[in-house]
Amino acid sequence: MRAADLITALVLIVVGVVVIADTLRLGIGWGLEGPQSGFFPFWLAVGMVAASAIVVLQALRRASTEPFVTAARLRPVLAVLVPATAMVIVMEGLGLYVASALYLAFYMRWVGRHTWPTIVALGLGIPIVTFVVFEQWFLVPMPKGPLEAWLGF
Amino acid sequence: MGFENLLHGFAIAVTPFNLFIALVGILLGTIIGVLPGLGGANGVAILLPLTFTMPPTSAIILLTSLYWGALFGGAITSILFNIPGEPWSVATTFDGYPMARQGQGGQALTAAFTSSFVGAFFSIVLITLFAPLLAEVALKFGPPEFFAIQLLTFSSFVGLGGGNPLKSLISILLGFILAAAGLDIVTGQLRMTFGITELMKGFDFIVAVIGLFGIGEILLSVEEGLSFRAARTGMNLAVVLQTWKILPRYWRTFVRGSFIGFWMGFKPGGATPASFMSYAFAKRFSPRGEHFGKGEIEGVIAPETAAHAAGVAAMLPMITLGIPGSPTAAVMLGGLIIWGLQPGPMLFQEQPDFVWGLIASMYTGNILGVLVVLAFVPVFAAILKIPFAILTPSIVVVCAVGSYAVHNSMIDVWYMLIFGVMGYVFKKLDYPLAPLVLALVLGDLAENALRQSLIMSQGSLGIFFVRPISGAIMTVAIAFFLLPVVTPWWRRRRGTGGVAPTAPGH
Repeated sequence: MRAADLITALVLIVVGVVVIADTLRLGIGWGLEGPQSGFFPFWLAVGMVAASAIVVLQALRRASTEPFVTAARLRPVLAVLVPATAMVIVMEGLGLYVASALYLAFYMRWVGRHTWPTIVALGLGIPIVTFVVFEQWFLVPMPKGPLEAWLGF
Repeated sequence: MGFENLLHGFAIAVTPFNLFIALVGILLGTIIGVLPGLGGANGVAILLPLTFTMPPTSAIILLTSLYWGALFGGAITSILFNIPGEPWSVATTFDGYPMARQGQGGQALTAAFTSSFVGAFFSIVLITLFAPLLAEVALKFGPPEFFAIQLLTFSSFVGLGGGNPLKSLISILLGFILAAAGLDIVTGQLRMTFGITELMKGFDFIVAVIGLFGIGEILLSVEEGLSFRAARTGMNLAVVLQTWKILPRYWRTFVRGSFIGFWMGFKPGGATPASFMSYAFAKRFSPRGEHFGKGEIEGVIAPETAAHAAGVAAMLPMITLGIPGSPTAAVMLGGLIIWGLQPGPMLFQEQPDFVWGLIASMYTGNILGVLVVLAFVPVFAAILKIPFAILTPSIVVVCAVGSYAVHNSMIDVWYMLIFGVMGYVFKKLDYPLAPLVLALVLGDLAENALRQSLIMSQGSLGIFFVRPISGAIMTVAIAFFLLPVVTPWWRRRRGTGGVAPTAPGH
């Protein structure tokens, strides 16, 4: 837990320093029409760096008792996160509907060990319902790929 | 005058279409409240794109009804499954779940829904009375007053939020920094984009809400290993009527809970402390106080009344000042801007149909809501019987759809994943997420208020203190910011002063 606390606070400090650097480029003083672009974010970042630095000191003074996450508990987290990332990658090429169908099917089979009829029914059903609700009823377009083009949408 | 406006509002809210919208919102909201990983804030965020083509009044009715539904839904999981869907439902589990285990689930649910309704109704009446007055006062506010109120909003997270005040402060500042990224509309300069075109349009808070609360929550709940051990609902009309017969006995608890809820609720992040406070008061004043935690109906009434009174009260600063009191209200505020309305005190004059339609729909929505949840509890409880391996990917897909729909852009779906991981890490390390989202929403407004104030004063920060209203608000805000620093010092001083030592943990 302590290591994670330290790393997070250090990352925030790095983010703050990067922001400070950019605001210095923009100018943090008084311009022609009032405060310059960098004025507000500069002080925000200074505050964040200072507060994160104190969090680092607090974490250093405290003994580490429990781990941030154990390997056994991290597994199901990655089992959600990795396929979800894969889905977003597939979405870039094949569109949302195909990607979500593949993702749903994969997760139901691999994690849930559901039977194939369930997987096919829901893997097709959920994207189709999404399509009807978003594209047909509310006219909100989703990313589409070659399959939808072939079907004429 | 106010009454006339309200009647006019009812004429808008009670059209068949708007009642239908309210019903849909409540059903969806309750489902969202029951499902793990989906709560009021991201439920509203995901559905927001669907409202872009609706008239604004119907759109806000849909979203507020969704919010009421989500508030009701949280009680179902707390009582039947011992899973508080939202932080303010935690206190409901103390007595609700034991009641359900003892076969009194029906009584507990009826009590919870009824108290939610009473608390909500109390706050709505107060909103009806006070919102126009507050808006009237707020019309005289200039940029310094608005900046002071925004500062007060954030200072109360630091001073009263509990947890590590530094981490609350970091969350707020990070939210503001994320809001500042992209094109600066005042000077036309690009900030913190580092030459990357994608960063130019900045970070949308809707995507942040879906990622932080939606994906982050899913990751947390799979890590903890979801296991639902449901108690029986035991809900039928006889139980409802029988419970209603005994509820008036607890009128003191209702009144106390409503007041605590409203008072805490219009300040940000107030619903959770309100529910705990109300529970603690009820325990202290009840003749059966020592039975609390073992299945006392009063222990369900107290937190539910306060949580809902607070949840509704959070709408008051949103419609009058344009400053949201909770993340869900923040998402709705974002909706107002997207629908082309300017949030703030002018709404009451420029968009009376919208404001009064909204207020009237709070009445109809809550009446519809309590009837719907009482009637359909078994159906909603059955949702949690859906296998986990089907629920989890479905929620991820819904989140992705919602994120993409905001701007029709793939980069938002990537942001959603990044915010999801961030939400998971932050939640585990006790960085509060609500102030981050609020800062992201209010970032531009706060910065403009600050800039305009400084232009008015030629760069002197004194302007915030010489004007009476902003000076008073500023003083309170600074006091809140200093509270975490002063409190330990004060305790130490009192401790060394030879005062009788207080018992630890008291």
